[in-house]
Amino acid sequence: MSARDTSARDSARFIRRDGPALGEAETHARLERTWATPPGLWGWLSSVDHKQVGRRYIVTAFVFFLLAGLLALAMRMQLAGPNQTLLTPDRYNQIFTMHGTTMMFLFAVPVMEAFAIYLVPLMVGTRAIAFPRLNAFSYWVYLAGGVMLWVAFILNVGPDVGWFSYVPLAGPQFGPGKRTDFWAQMVTFTEVAALAVAVEIIVTVLKQRAPGMSLNRIPLFVWGQLVTSSMVVFAMPAVMVSSSMLIMDRLIGTHFFNPAEGGDALLWQHLFWFFGHPEVYIIFLPATGFVSSILPVFARRPIFGYTALVLALFATGFLGFGLWVHHMFVTGLPHLGNSFYTAASMAIAIPSGIQIFCWLATLWDGRPRFATPLLFIIGFIVIFVLGGLSGIMLASVPIDSQVHDTYFVVAHFHYVLIGGAVFPLFGAVYYWFPKFTGRMLSERAGAWNFALFFVGFNLAFFPMHILGLIGMPRRIYSYPAGLGWDDLNLLATAGALILAAGVLVFLGNVWHSLKYGLVAGDNPWGAGTLEWATSSPPPSVNFVHIPVVTGREPLWEEPNGLAAVSGLRVDQRELLLTTVVDAEPDVREPSPMPSIWPLLSAIAVTVLFIGSIFTPWAVVWGSIPLAVGLIGWFWPKSPPDTPEPVVE
Amino acid sequence: MERSPHFTADLAHLPTSAHGPRSTTWWGTLGFILIEATAFALAAAAYFYLMGQTETWPPGQSPPDWLWGTVQLVLMLASLWPNLWTDRVAHADDLRRVRIGLVVMSAIGLLTLVVRAFEFGALNCRWDDNAYGSIVWVLLGLHATHLITDVGDTLVLTVLMFTKHVEPRRFTDVTDNCVYWNFVVCAWVPLWALLYVVPRLV
Repeated sequence: MSARDTSARDSARFIRRDGPALGEAETHARLERTWATPPGLWGWLSSVDHKQVGRRYIVTAFVFFLLAGLLALAMRMQLAGPNQTLLTPDRYNQIFTMHGTTMMFLFAVPVMEAFAIYLVPLMVGTRAIAFPRLNAFSYWVYLAGGVMLWVAFILNVGPDVGWFSYVPLAGPQFGPGKRTDFWAQMVTFTEVAALAVAVEIIVTVLKQRAPGMSLNRIPLFVWGQLVTSSMVVFAMPAVMVSSSMLIMDRLIGTHFFNPAEGGDALLWQHLFWFFGHPEVYIIFLPATGFVSSILPVFARRPIFGYTALVLALFATGFLGFGLWVHHMFVTGLPHLGNSFYTAASMAIAIPSGIQIFCWLATLWDGRPRFATPLLFIIGFIVIFVLGGLSGIMLASVPIDSQVHDTYFVVAHFHYVLIGGAVFPLFGAVYYWFPKFTGRMLSERAGAWNFALFFVGFNLAFFPMHILGLIGMPRRIYSYPAGLGWDDLNLLATAGALILAAGVLVFLGNVWHSLKYGLVAGDNPWGAGTLEWATSSPPPSVNFVHIPVVTGREPLWEEPNGLAAVSGLRVDQRELLLTTVVDAEPDVREPSPMPSIWPLLSAIAVTVLFIGSIFTPWAVVWGSIPLAVGLIGWFWPKSPPDTPEPVVE
Repeated sequence: MERSPHFTADLAHLPTSAHGPRSTTWWGTLGFILIEATAFALAAAAYFYLMGQTETWPPGQSPPDWLWGTVQLVLMLASLWPNLWTDRVAHADDLRRVRIGLVVMSAIGLLTLVVRAFEFGALNCRWDDNAYGSIVWVLLGLHATHLITDVGDTLVLTVLMFTKHVEPRRFTDVTDNCVYWNFVVCAWVPLWALLYVVPRLV
């Protein structure tokens, strides 16, 4: 080695920022040292890496999906024929409540946020999510809430009054014991988690985009998550307020929902659906983001109508808050009010329709490659349009009054929720699994997965439209023979079993592909967005160099490799903050190291929340360990940063 | 070895902290303010909703006594002046004045908590009397929770500014804390009107 090389290496030792002076290998090694999560159990518990937290969220949400799916199968077995006695009425009540609650609060919303946690920082080209410790905290809180609810269910204290817990059935008079309290407190857990993630996503999108990713270049998935997170900010407080009121009515004798003392049962419905209807779009809009990400890649052309799609997201986000009363058409509200909400409910079909036509146009003008992700998207379009049509029917007060609380409604919302969210979600798993794991899922098993899903789903849920129209009510644990419901119910159960077979194929595919799947490489689908610019799975630092973005599909526009900016620290965790509109470089901001305090704070929150199911004093005494946890969290861990001794 | 990319700019000159909308914490604080403002707005909506359910409001009780709620209002509005001053000196990275401002704001915060305790005693209703009592206690309690958390936050930050941990980013924490206090005060104005004025108007 020449003297010149030695001197270059010596001076490189003092370089603390990336750039041309530090070789690629050295940059990579130093960034890995700085950003890696420590190994072992302690490292696992104190991780703040958004990819690790996102993976945990995804896996946990899918576990809840399987559990709630098993409950669905139990209900379908019970209803397969008349006068069945597999389940008792009480157990059935708990099961349908747990199914809905788990699917909505513990699967659908968290899994969509989980994908955002993993993907948004990668898609906008940054090294970490905003507030990574809050992110870790949110996962632990979510996990604790879900486990609490399921332990209660196993101990026969599971909620039994429906996923929306209507009063007075859920109130202290008709809902004795602690079943409803566990439900209400599970809401608090999951909403704290969801609100935290919403703020992280909003800040990540607004402040941490790669240079050049101006607003008009943000990927549609990221737009979808931004609008969704904004909806979470305004919708979730409603359910927290209402579930807190419910728990106070039950625990300390307040009278919010007690008509005898000036309260009102419909106040519950207003507050719940002010959250509950936007909730549907909180689940659906991220799914539209999946569709808008996957379609252009497999249609092999840029998305048609980018601006229209972004505007449709915003329109849906606004209109979603004006529909809640259509859940209350049969409660005797004034006619004028009903007409307004009918109009609003029909109006929201317009932005949804715009999205559907843009997607169809993208496919029409492209050269489609029918890989598994695209199959699921096509399944989505078919099923969601059907669900949308029955939704338009339900927006009409006379029809709604007829079919309210019947299986027609069950059919409708499964078409929009499974069709609108679960099909795109499975497409998304097939699409991003290579990025998450470095391996491809099997395409052959994927096609089987899709076929079983599509056939099973329609067999299970289409008959429910007819069952509802001929009068079968929701939430009945059994029915007598001779009502003309027997065959359709049997068909629905057969469909559910086929759907379940599809889930088994999926699980087998994941299991097998994790070990034996084809090695994916950075960009196996030839996609254009930034998450495919880094390795699969991505390194701890996400991007060795912060990329510079010149268009909506940066990898398509710069086939010879993206340009980058330099000058960020390699010896400390540092992010690049950019301006909100034009994404111009503005600040180099430190990002936190791994920390155990989020977990400790989450444990303190868990003690407080669970304790307050039994005594209001838990709020007082439980706040002390929580305060300790939060102070430990925020107290600076290292002495102040010395001026940077950078040699360049 | 991989090829280095084409570097278009060296960002080493950028600052490592900034106040206001340039920092992530400011946006995060704004996000939580929006969440909490929504909760206040919904609780206030519930107040009006319940008011519409009864003939008389408050039902058979006196409205809360004026004194302590109004003392609280005056105290909070007056606190905006030292709060904005603290915000200004924190922008200037003036440690000595920031310390003074934080000590003053901590004292004011503790005083508001004392006044809040008297407010609860002067509501003329209990939470379990009727729906009116319930919503009045929840509204005041919700705001009290914000007071407690913000005063706690201010106290910790004050202690922090007397330790070796002072660095440029801490001044950003101070300005964000000031923003949050402004929100707590701004939230109190309509809540005060709701709790103390509205029952006397209907």
